[in-house]
Amino acid sequence: MKITGAQALIKSLEMENVEVIFGLPGGCILPAYDPLLDSTIRHILVRHEQGAGHMAEGYAHVTGRPGVAMVTSGPAATNMVTPLCDAYLDSIPMVVITGQVATFAIGTDAFQECDTLGITRSVTKHNELIMTADDVPMAVRQAFHIATTGRPGPVLLDVPKDVLTNSMEWYWPTDQEVRDSLPGYRPNVKGHPRMIREAAKLIMTSERPVLYVGGGILKARAAAALKELAELTDIHVVTTLMARGAFPDSHPLCLGMPGMHGNATATTALQRSDLLITLGARFDDRITGKVSTFAPEAKVIHVDIDPAEQGKVRKPDIPIVGDCKQVIEEITKEIRALMAAGELQADISAWKSRISGWREQFPYTYEPSLPGDALKPQFCLEMLRDNAPEDTILVSGVGQHQMWSSQYWRFDKPYTWVNSGGLGTMGFSVPAAIGAKVGRPEATVWAIDGDGCFQMTAQELVTAALERIPVKIAILNNSYLGMVRQWQEMFYEERYSEVYLSPEVPDFVKWAEAMGCIGIRVDSPEEVLPAIEKANSIDDRPVIIDFRVDAREKVFPMVPAGAANDDLLLPESQMANKRFLQ
Amino acid sequence: MSTDRSHHHILSVLVQNRAGVLARVATLFARRAYNIFSLAVAPTEDENFSRITIVVDIEMTSLEQITKQLFKLIDVIKITELDPLTSVERELLLATVRAEPDQRRQVVELTQIFEGKILAVGNNALTVSLEGNPNKLDDFEDLIRAHGIVELQRTGRVALPKLEREGGRAVRPLRGKVS
Ligand SMILES: Cc1ncc(C[n+]2csc(CCOP(=O)(O)OP(=O)(O)O)c2C)c(N)n1
Ligand SMILES: [Mg+2]
Repeated sequence: MKITGAQALIKSLEMENVEVIFGLPGGCILPAYDPLLDSTIRHILVRHEQGAGHMAEGYAHVTGRPGVAMVTSGPAATNMVTPLCDAYLDSIPMVVITGQVATFAIGTDAFQECDTLGITRSVTKHNELIMTADDVPMAVRQAFHIATTGRPGPVLLDVPKDVLTNSMEWYWPTDQEVRDSLPGYRPNVKGHPRMIREAAKLIMTSERPVLYVGGGILKARAAAALKELAELTDIHVVTTLMARGAFPDSHPLCLGMPGMHGNATATTALQRSDLLITLGARFDDRITGKVSTFAPEAKVIHVDIDPAEQGKVRKPDIPIVGDCKQVIEEITKEIRALMAAGELQADISAWKSRISGWREQFPYTYEPSLPGDALKPQFCLEMLRDNAPEDTILVSGVGQHQMWSSQYWRFDKPYTWVNSGGLGTMGFSVPAAIGAKVGRPEATVWAIDGDGCFQMTAQELVTAALERIPVKIAILNNSYLGMVRQWQEMFYEERYSEVYLSPEVPDFVKWAEAMGCIGIRVDSPEEVLPAIEKANSIDDRPVIIDFRVDAREKVFPMVPAGAANDDLLLPESQMANKRFLQ
Repeated sequence: MSTDRSHHHILSVLVQNRAGVLARVATLFARRAYNIFSLAVAPTEDENFSRITIVVDIEMTSLEQITKQLFKLIDVIKITELDPLTSVERELLLATVRAEPDQRRQVVELTQIFEGKILAVGNNALTVSLEGNPNKLDDFEDLIRAHGIVELQRTGRVALPKLEREGGRAVRPLRGKVS
C-alpha cells in the first residue's frame, strides 16, 4: 500500500496506541496535520509550544505512557527545548515530532530552518532526523522504544517537509527488527544475582537502615514491591521530591521528603543511617547538601537502571544496575529465604525509637495567622488537601509554593504528584496539569502555582477552557518571586533585588474570566473553605483561585545551598531543640 | 603541545557509522568540559560501523563516568580502554620544515634517522612525513623545531590491542554489548 510520509507518520502513531497529541501546526509540519483530520487521535491545540511539551509531560507522569507533542520547525522547535530538558532531567517518557525544512533546503538557512538536532542533542535521550519517507515507521517505533525502556526520557524526531509529502510503501517493523536496528541499545533490567544476595545480607545486618527512594520507583512501577520490602523489614522510607506518593504518607514507616526543604526527621535519618538502601534515586545536591558530609557512616546499596548513576556522586558499596521493581522483588525474596532459614534481622528498635523521637519534636510547622492578619500559604494548602476529592492529582510550579505542596499535602497513592524536580521549570504547572487531566479525566486535578510561575504559561488555560479540560489552579499569590525573596532575605541581608511583582497587576480574576475560566479571589481565612468548595463543585471549565497570602512566610526547614545537612535551619519554634537531632 | 601523558587514556569506541555520531560523542565531552587530546575516526572492516580512537586527558574516576555516559549514546556499541603498555599505537605526522640549501642535509639526515620520508622539496623548505609511535613523533617534532617548522599536522593516534601471547590481557573492555 502506497501512502505519504505524513500518512505513515500518523498511522505509526496510531499503531503505537497514541490517544492524544499536544501541538500547534505551521509550515513544515503542515502535511502531517492533514491526515490527522481522519485519525482517531485527539489533538489538543496549544497556545505556545512550551505548553505542548509540558502537557505531554503531565500526561506521561500520571499515565506512565509516553506523552506526544507535535510542532513545526524553527521557533516552534526552540520553544520545545525547555520541556525537553525538563523531561530529560526527570526521566519522563516523551516523543516530540518537529517539522523541518525540506531535505534539499537543509543547511541553506531556509525560512524557519534551525539546527533542531544540534540544539536538542544534549536535552534528549535520543534524537533523529528522518531522511526518507520509507524510514518513518521504523523511526517512530525506535523513538517509542527508546523513550519508554531503560531509563525513560524524551526522544525527538525531526521530519523534513518533503519526507512528509513523498510516498512510501507502508510496513510496520516487528519488535525484533526494532531491536536489531539498535545494536547499541540494550538496557539492563535484571540485577546481578550475587549483588542482590549481598544486598539482602547487608539489609539483614544493618542497625540503622533507611530506604532512600527516588523517582525511579515510580518509573519502574515498583510502589507495591517497595511496600512489601519496607513492611517485611520494618525499615523507614524517605521519599524524595520526585518520589512523593511512591510510598503512602499515611504509612507509619513513611518519613516523607528529605533534603534542602525536607523535614528534619527524613534528612537526619539519612545523615545518621548506617545503610542507605537507595532505590531509583540519584544523590541530587538538593538531597545530599554538601556531599562530603552526607550520611557519613552509611554504607550504600544503589539500585538504578542507569549504570552512569552508579558512583556519579556517591560510591556505592553494592551497585545494582537493573529495573527497580525486579531488583526489589529479588531482594525481598532473598530476605524471605534468609528469614526462613532462621536468620535474624539485626535489632533496629533503638534506631526506630530515635526516629520516632525526632518525628514528635520536628513536624512541619508554621505560625497560624492572627485574626485580621494575612492568610498563610500553608493554611491554604491544608484546606485544599483536607477538602480534596479522593484520588486528586496535585501538580505544582516551582518556588516556595512547590516546597509547601510537597510538605503539606498527603500523598497516599503513586502518580498523584506532578512537578518539575530536576530542572525546576517555572511555568510547568498550568500546562502539566492540563496534560494530567487529559490523561486521567476522571480524577480531580489541582495545580498549586506561584504568582510568578503562573504568569509564564497561563495562556494555556485558554486551551483548557476551549478543549473542556476542567483543571483547578490555586495561586499562592505573595506578589513576589517568593523563593528568590527568601534567599535574599536570608543570605543577602534583606537586600531585595528584582523580586517584587505586584499585588494589583494582573487582576487574576479578570484574567481568568478573559480566558474562559472562573476566577475567585480569597483574602481572608474565612473565605478559604467556601472558595475551595465552590471550585471543587465546578466541573465544566477551569477554575482559578487567587489566594492572597503572606509574603513574609518562608519555607523551613532549610539546608542552605552548599551547607551540610547537619546544619539545617529549623523553624524558629524548633531551633532550641536542634541538639536532639543526634 | 603537552607531552605530559600521565592522565592520558586511549578509548576505542565502536559506533554505528551514521551521520551525526561524531557530533554526539564530541558534545558529551564538551558538556562535561573534558578535553579531547586527539581523535581519529574511520569506518571499520564492516562499513556499518566506525571506530573512534579518542585520547583524553582525564583522571580515572572521571574516565569511568565519561565512558558510562558515552555508552548511553544509542549509537555507541562498544567502548574499550587501551592500555599503552599492551597496545600498539600509531600516528602520522606531516611537516614542512624550513631548510635553506646549506641546512637541507641536516633535515634530510634527521628524517632518515627517524625513518621518515621526504615528500616534497622546495627552494628553502622540505615536506616530510613520519609514521610511528606518538612518542617518537614527539621527539622528531622537538628536533626539527630548531630548523623552523612552517606547518605541521598530526593525525591523532589510532590503536589496537597487542596480540595476546603469554596470558596477559591487552584490552580492558569497559562495556560492550556486541563484539
Ligand atoms: C524559568 C525559571 N526562571 C527562573 C527561575 C528561578 N526561580 C526559582 S523559584 C522562583 C520564584 C517563583 O516565584 P512564584 O512563582 O511567585 O513562586 P513563590 O516562590 O513565590 O511561591 C524563581 C524566579 C526558575 N526556577 N525557572
Ligand atoms: Mg510568588
